[in-house]
Amino acid sequence: MAVASSDTAIRTGRIARTFIYLVLLLFALFYMLPLYVMLINSVKPLSEITGGGMMNLPDIWTLEPWRKAWSEAQIGVQPTGLKPYFWNSIQMVVPAVAISTILGALNGYVLTKWRFKGDTILFGLMLFACFIPFQIVLIPMARVLGVLGLAGSTWGLVLVHLVYGIGFTTLYFRNYYAVFPTELVRAAQIDGAGFFQIFWRILLPSSGPIAVVSVIWQFTNIWNDFLFGASFAAGDGAPMTVALNNLVQSSTGVKEYNVHFAGAILAATPTLLVYIVAGRYFVRGLMAGSVKG
Amino acid sequence: MGFLDIRNATKSYGQVEVLHQVDISVDEGEFLVLVGPSGCGKSTLLNMIAGLEDITTGEIAIKGRMMNGVHPSKRNIAMVFQSYALYPNMTVGQNITFGLEMHGVAKPERDKAMADVAKLLQIEQLLDRKPGQLSGGQRQRVAMGRALVRNPDVFLFDEPLSNLDAKLRVDMRTEIKKLHQNLGTTIVYVTHDQIEAMTLSTRIAVMNGGYVQQLGTPKEIYDTPANLFVATFMGSPSMNLIPVKLRVDGNAVYADTKNDQDEKVSLPVFEPSATVKSCDGQSVMLGIRPEALTDPEGADQRSTHVERIRNTVTVTEPAGSDTFVATTIGGAECVARMRSDADVAPGRVSEFAFNMEKAVLFDPKSEARIA
Repeated sequence: MAVASSDTAIRTGRIARTFIYLVLLLFALFYMLPLYVMLINSVKPLSEITGGGMMNLPDIWTLEPWRKAWSEAQIGVQPTGLKPYFWNSIQMVVPAVAISTILGALNGYVLTKWRFKGDTILFGLMLFACFIPFQIVLIPMARVLGVLGLAGSTWGLVLVHLVYGIGFTTLYFRNYYAVFPTELVRAAQIDGAGFFQIFWRILLPSSGPIAVVSVIWQFTNIWNDFLFGASFAAGDGAPMTVALNNLVQSSTGVKEYNVHFAGAILAATPTLLVYIVAGRYFVRGLMAGSVKG
Repeated sequence: MGFLDIRNATKSYGQVEVLHQVDISVDEGEFLVLVGPSGCGKSTLLNMIAGLEDITTGEIAIKGRMMNGVHPSKRNIAMVFQSYALYPNMTVGQNITFGLEMHGVAKPERDKAMADVAKLLQIEQLLDRKPGQLSGGQRQRVAMGRALVRNPDVFLFDEPLSNLDAKLRVDMRTEIKKLHQNLGTTIVYVTHDQIEAMTLSTRIAVMNGGYVQQLGTPKEIYDTPANLFVATFMGSPSMNLIPVKLRVDGNAVYADTKNDQDEKVSLPVFEPSATVKSCDGQSVMLGIRPEALTDPEGADQRSTHVERIRNTVTVTEPAGSDTFVATTIGGAECVARMRSDADVAPGRVSEFAFNMEKAVLFDPKSEARIA
């Protein structure tokens, strides 16, 4: 598996290297700027923000905006803060990610190790799921959820994200398993393992990197999704993204920017955590199969 | 009826028939080697025995039981794969016992079977390691252990040694042969290496283009190849083929050709058959193995039909134990296998001794041996 190292890097002179690092540092600072502004202003009292000096460090440090965003801010009818919506999102994202990853793995397994007539066409059709714009399916999906009695519920959202995610997870796992030695499957067949035994005992334990890719991808997409959340789960069942929007867009009272910043960071934290914890496997998993050896 | 019967088995992918009417009967305890170049259908045939590929027509039976359509795990076979196919996530011990576990064997019995096999193959100290931590030879042993532990009716080997380096390959070859002698198991072994085929087998099936070209003991295959393909495929360096013209003279038949000084050479054919005698005046190929074409001192002392000709040495290749000498007879490049201290030098005319007892004749049109 190809991992960037000093062996694979192109050699450059010292001046060129300094220049490269300088440019990279500048870019990094530039990209970090919005996060800096958000962090700094989320620990300031509102009066300091309205007084100008967005880039300044706070005179008085306070965690009050964070507490307010989490448990007090007016989002729905009750002043509940983002807390219940955060749990809504967790309840949506965990089953959606888990099920779509497992189904993707199963699909990949069938499409590579149990080939049948027309499997490439089927796979091609499944890939369409990756290219269909969300907006197109809103109305048919609303109808389907209505018929299933899942409209407006978290499980409805789970279903929507599951259906959308399977195309991606199938793509990942199929490409990963395509280079997984078929002889192993044959050996297991001779050993007497059945379809699911081969899957659980042989393939899945060797699927770590690609499972990480699938989880990160699905988690980020589902957690950050706004359109489906706003369309299918308004009100108390809304996910974090929708709640954040409601918090920021509320037209009554004073705009509490410090609370908004804190809320936005809260909404982004889980995806950041997933990246930090599993990120180093991400590139490795994406590269897997592309290079032999 | 044998232990493993392949009757008129064919294999087609769509319209293309890749394996034509294979008919092989293997007795219990036999070591059958399927040998041939890439794409000859030998691995396909092995997979058909294993049940990993369907049989298009014909049938395969093990111990008299029809195997068409029977799942691989229900055939009581075990297979060793070219890549060893060890489960990377399991330890060596788990790899060995996985098949038993899948067949519902209880844990104490599994552990006992594993211990026995580990002892037999001397891999006891490796049982807790993962396949990734093993060397090529160790993986090979584990793969064999996984096959042995099942105590199957038939062992199938799919080019098991081709991923090993040259020295290890020779060692493992001996080991497999020892194992076969000690356990007396029935083995079907696929290889493209004709030396492996010769050394291991009790019988060889030489395959090419989806046909079994010849089925026989190593000696039959080597000494009396059925056709030009078998003659040139088996043996290294391969058999010399010299174009000759047959001349019948009373009860004797002579193979006439010319040496490289344009002198006529007449080689008397050893014990010519009626068929050979009926070929008067025909152009045929005389096949002679390099070891039957030597320096006169190195010729087989027991052979009563050694013919000497004088010819120019073009190249000498000392190989330590022997010296391979290239020369041109009758327009064909020939290799003679001489003693390592034979007195030959490139460009010099030397004496070459033909052991005519070992010579065979082929029809250049049909490529079959003239028996």
